[in-house]
Amino acid sequence: MSEMQEMIMESTEKILKEYSKKEIVNEAENGIWAKELWDNLEAYGMLKVAVPEELMGNGGDQYDAFSILYLIGKYSAPIPLAENYIVNKLLMDLGESVQDEFITISATEHKNLFQIREKDDGWIVSGKAKYVPWARFAQKILVLGETEEDTKLALLPLDNAKIKEGKNLAGEARDEVFFDNVYVEEIKTKSVDIEEQVEKILYTGGLTRSVMMVGALENLLALTKEHISERSQFGRPLYRFQAVQQHMAQLAGEFAATNVAVKNAISSYEKNPVSKEIAFAKLRVNEAIEKVNPIAHQILAAIGFTFEHTLHHSTRRLWSWREEFGKESDWEQIIAKDLMNLNQNELWSLITNVENSSQKVDVK
Amino acid sequence: MKALRIPVVELPKETEALRNEIRAFIKEELESGSIAPSCDSWLCGFSPELSKKIGEKGWIGMTWPAEYGGKERTSIERYVVTEELLAAGAPVAAHWIADRQSGPLFLKFGTEKQKHFFLPKIARGECYFSIGLSEPNAGSDLAAIKTKAEKVEGGWLLNGSKIWTSGAHLAHYMITLCRTSPQDINNRHAGMSQLVVDLSAPGVTIRPIHLMTGEHHFNEVFFEDVFIPDNMVVGKIGNGWAQGMTELAYERSGPERILSTYPLLNELTNTLIENKDEKGLNEVSKVVTRLWTLRNMSLGIAKLLEEGIPSSLIASLVKDLGTQFEQRMAEITRLLVSAIPSINSESKLEKLMAQAMLQSPGFTLRGGTTEILRGIVAKGVVKA
Repeated sequence: MSEMQEMIMESTEKILKEYSKKEIVNEAENGIWAKELWDNLEAYGMLKVAVPEELMGNGGDQYDAFSILYLIGKYSAPIPLAENYIVNKLLMDLGESVQDEFITISATEHKNLFQIREKDDGWIVSGKAKYVPWARFAQKILVLGETEEDTKLALLPLDNAKIKEGKNLAGEARDEVFFDNVYVEEIKTKSVDIEEQVEKILYTGGLTRSVMMVGALENLLALTKEHISERSQFGRPLYRFQAVQQHMAQLAGEFAATNVAVKNAISSYEKNPVSKEIAFAKLRVNEAIEKVNPIAHQILAAIGFTFEHTLHHSTRRLWSWREEFGKESDWEQIIAKDLMNLNQNELWSLITNVENSSQKVDVK
Repeated sequence: MKALRIPVVELPKETEALRNEIRAFIKEELESGSIAPSCDSWLCGFSPELSKKIGEKGWIGMTWPAEYGGKERTSIERYVVTEELLAAGAPVAAHWIADRQSGPLFLKFGTEKQKHFFLPKIARGECYFSIGLSEPNAGSDLAAIKTKAEKVEGGWLLNGSKIWTSGAHLAHYMITLCRTSPQDINNRHAGMSQLVVDLSAPGVTIRPIHLMTGEHHFNEVFFEDVFIPDNMVVGKIGNGWAQGMTELAYERSGPERILSTYPLLNELTNTLIENKDEKGLNEVSKVVTRLWTLRNMSLGIAKLLEEGIPSSLIASLVKDLGTQFEQRMAEITRLLVSAIPSINSESKLEKLMAQAMLQSPGFTLRGGTTEILRGIVAKGVVKA
């Protein structure tokens, strides 16, 4: 990590420690916007990391952005920073400047296109977006849509949209957004290839969630470690019991595995935002949850099952985030498609990323 | 949790040529029929012929200095060689232990004479070693060993026995951990030393212990007044425990802890592709994802080891995860294909399934049981 990166991490962590405290995370479940947290991240330039200055960003690279998201996960920060980064990335790749407003984007699939029709000096918009993080607080939503001419990426103002409030298992705002023949005077649109965009949203979103999940896993591991070190039963600390050690080692294993998976995916991202490493990472992290959440709750027992304790800030987020931007079955199918295209004995080439030169001769 | 963070390794482009060189070599061996892919080939596949060919290629002891017969390549290059050989299921058991740990032990603690005597022979693929650790009453609790050596004129007199010694009946030497001073209950790890035992020396008896398949890999090795000359002591008398432990990080996180059943995964994938079995490949994608992750963990630790960063905690953790993975391979396969495992089947898949199934109990026992490894990890995490 460079000095610059360390500085970014340090100031982000400082902000999170101050403004993503237990009470604030809890309050967010009641629909209270963590304003101070968001405003502070904005003031420190964290909302526009990894975007070059000529596109109104604050510079830095994707590694910086994902390092910040890791901390968002670790501190259970109840804000849509990941969505903000996804939108930034999509705009930036189209050569567009990033915006000052808070723009959100649905955390599920984007295949159902919005209908956008020209009318007078404006547009008529119809469509529905499900599972949209913090739509109720956002100024705009990024959607994929079609006009009479072609397919578009569009930034729609939410002023006249209908919003049905909802939440995920962690109590984070996940709203439904309806546009029912809504007249919008000004829309920012850009012609795009839909398939390419759908894929990029899924992969970028999947990577943001993977990174946040490993951050949450670190917190879960820390809370578990603290508990087994401090609590005694039968006259000795819990960590002295072999049954507890077996549990703890498995948690540590899942953390180390998901951590390295995500780091490898991040390093692939700059070169290829729809890399197979991202698919591997999201699938591996998702798969860990079925194991780690029950173990953490088993070790922390009754106290960890209460609202008073903060373990649920992480475990409920992990249960929620594994559903977003591709669950296991979605990513399995994506990877399986790659496997189906392999020649005999070519799996090893896929795993090592080195094509088998002698095999290629055979194919000819 | 810094102790659990494993770095990302981007393999240098140059390793691709090496990789393809090995693949071409294996292809030739496969086509000539001199080898056939098998599971657990680094323990069960004993072929001095192949080991000598690998030695000729310069792929044994390849990181060692040239004056000892090495090729001075990087440990990442060695990693590439070993994982390619394992993925192909090539029979590499003969030289495996000597290349992985006996040679490096001599390099680190041996005398000049020992290095000149043993290392070039090992590197040529002609000299094989066994591991002399477990005893009838000292398994997971290794510090309880009783085999002892007493000082005599010009050397040591060794008495006792070792058990579960893979390949002792085929190897030339054994690095034997023994007591050179009586057990001290206050310092259980003191008073142990490592001696090189010539397995053809008078007083050495090797008795087979057949595996449940009837195969002969394990042995019990008895020592009755075996004379070990002073120049066959490795490192310092009394320092055996510490010396032995430094080997373990290499032993625990290498590619052989994740790839023992890879030939089966390869064959399963081939079959499912041939059958256009989408559902089956969905399942395999989970397996591939795990393997990809494990390989990145193992590679990351190889890098830490090269940089001299202590990694026994994560090495233990990778062995635990890796061997669980190896063990599940046969279970996953049997539910995805209509094949029935059989060791003498003519179907490649059925044969590999049988090997993977029947060898599977050993994966999570050898080199530290799951329970021991998890104890190390949990204590390490609490202290971290």
